[in-house]
Amino acid sequence: MNKAEKHIKEPFMRVIKRDSISWQKAILVRALAIIGSLLFSGIICYLLIGANPLKLYITLFEGAFGTKRRIWKLAKDLALLLCISLAITPAFKMRFWNIGAEGQTLIGCLASVACIYYLGKGMPNWLLIILMFVAALVASALWAVIPAIFKAKWNTNETLFTLMMNYVAINLVAYYLLKWTPSGSSTLGMLSEGHLPKLMNNEYLLLILVVLALTVAMYIYLKYSKHGYEIAVVGESENTAKYIGINVKKVIIRTMVLSGALCGLAGFLIVGALDHSVTTASAGGLGFTAIMVSWLGKFNPFTMILTSLLVVFLENGADRIVTVFNINDAFPSIVTGIVLFFIIGCEFFINYKVIFRKKEAK
Amino acid sequence: MIILEYLLSAIALGMTFLYGSTGEIITEKTGHLNLGIPGIMCVGAASGCLALHHMIMANITNGFLLVLVGIIAAFIGSALMGLIYSFLAVTLHANQNVTGLALTTFGVGVMKFIIFGLRVGNDVPYLKALNAFRFPFASQDNALKYCGVMVFLAIIIALLTSWVLFGTKVGLNLRAVGENPATADAVGINVTAYKYFATCIGSGIAGLGGLCYVMDYAGSQEAYLSVEALGWLAIALVIFALWRPHISIFGSVVFGALFIAGAFIPTIIPLPFLQKMQTVPLLKMLPYVVTIIVLIVTSIRDKKENQPPAALGLPYFREER
Repeated sequence: MNKAEKHIKEPFMRVIKRDSISWQKAILVRALAIIGSLLFSGIICYLLIGANPLKLYITLFEGAFGTKRRIWKLAKDLALLLCISLAITPAFKMRFWNIGAEGQTLIGCLASVACIYYLGKGMPNWLLIILMFVAALVASALWAVIPAIFKAKWNTNETLFTLMMNYVAINLVAYYLLKWTPSGSSTLGMLSEGHLPKLMNNEYLLLILVVLALTVAMYIYLKYSKHGYEIAVVGESENTAKYIGINVKKVIIRTMVLSGALCGLAGFLIVGALDHSVTTASAGGLGFTAIMVSWLGKFNPFTMILTSLLVVFLENGADRIVTVFNINDAFPSIVTGIVLFFIIGCEFFINYKVIFRKKEAK
Repeated sequence: MIILEYLLSAIALGMTFLYGSTGEIITEKTGHLNLGIPGIMCVGAASGCLALHHMIMANITNGFLLVLVGIIAAFIGSALMGLIYSFLAVTLHANQNVTGLALTTFGVGVMKFIIFGLRVGNDVPYLKALNAFRFPFASQDNALKYCGVMVFLAIIIALLTSWVLFGTKVGLNLRAVGENPATADAVGINVTAYKYFATCIGSGIAGLGGLCYVMDYAGSQEAYLSVEALGWLAIALVIFALWRPHISIFGSVVFGALFIAGAFIPTIIPLPFLQKMQTVPLLKMLPYVVTIIVLIVTSIRDKKENQPPAALGLPYFREER
């Protein structure tokens, strides 16, 4: 005992930041986290509903990939989530915590539907679609640029600002719904004008292709364009950016216009290709899920395909479990939550290294 | 008379926000923006109702015991959620926004799952505990029927929190952690311990808000479905109150009044504009708009004591200086 005390006390374990990690190791850590989380959710499931765990996993996969129809639905959900995730990525990379994607998307939906509602009759479809597209992008960009201007000018906290804007947007939609439905039912039926064309007779294909193109474009924009470089520098250090002559305010505002406009694109796609209507839940929480997708994908558009695939796979698969095992439909969000905890936690082992006290050499 | 009823309803609903914002203030004062508050409030409601369910099923009818156990269960359940948050965001240095949002997803799911399972046929046993939360002398036509035990508890907790934060050494240390963790660390404050402590206690208090809404204010089968939306307003209230729990007492009543304005204002003020159905969403928008205005005004005036904690949202890693 006494002898040990004479040494300088070394903590039992300490944490240091890793310089780098090989990509194989990084993938291994993440894969282990996903497997671990699935095992853990399996155990939870077993405890909650007492079903055979193996059957649960099979149902999970079947629910996501079981039939051709389900695969298309998976691809559609993935594309939509990815679109919004791509939209917030430039802002996030700049360390501008835009958690208002939900509201920005909703405003895009609202603007598109407003075009159909007021101008739909007696206008050629192609012109209407162009108008919807422009209206959605402009409206969402304006919605997103408000917090950006205040951030740039007075350093107003953007996280809280954008969060509040979501609920202003939701209530704005509620207002217009009441205004547009004379009976006060506030459900606007499916509108017959302003439908996007179906490619090869598939209602989802156009949406998927648009988002795919957007993914590539965003990758190039962030990696190879001057704008992308400026975003990265502002994100790493605002002082460095100022020092090398980047106009930080301009970059913040420009990036949020882009971010908002892309959310508007998502809203336009939701209205034009899928819902043909708007409700207060048109964005369906995707704006929030997108934040996690973007962050977990390390702001890399191609990695984000994988992270959004994971989220969508879990939700669709767990939905199937709900039907097959006849349990409460809150179940998918529990599973998603657990898996997210594991993935969020595993990032630690990628960025940091834990060093244990070495045993004393005798 | 209707004005009094409006005011009392506003107070009763406002307390839900007050719990949430008091909890969130404690957490934010250590530099952690916990966006999991809506989920935590949901779990608070769920664990409280779960405990009440089992007590009612076991034929325990002692009102005092019901209230006490319900509150303790809600506190423990939501403090556990706080523990998950602190483990991920403090120990594992995870991004706070992402952790909080995942916590909300999880918490809302857990609540719906638990509370939905608490039905016995068409009967909902935990609602039988409703009367225990009301004061025995509050009859149906008494103004106090709106304000139960938890309303007063909320105000006491808020005042106590204000005193601890701004009047004691523990509070000073806690605020130091949120302003500049590196300096706090250097003077020997255990930063990690303070962050854990603040997040767990804060989450526990926030969780009571969920129970308060379900058992004290709404008291219906479907009440739990709106807890999440109220949780986001609780986060808004933190800004509105400029990170001070005692201001948040008044703020919560204002928010409560704005939230239910649609049901009362058209009767109180007979303007034709207010009689339209469409006005209701616009009134509901007000708490958020007001919060945004407060946020903007404080950032423009740039007075140091009205700002968010300086290290809010930033992770702290000792070896990274």
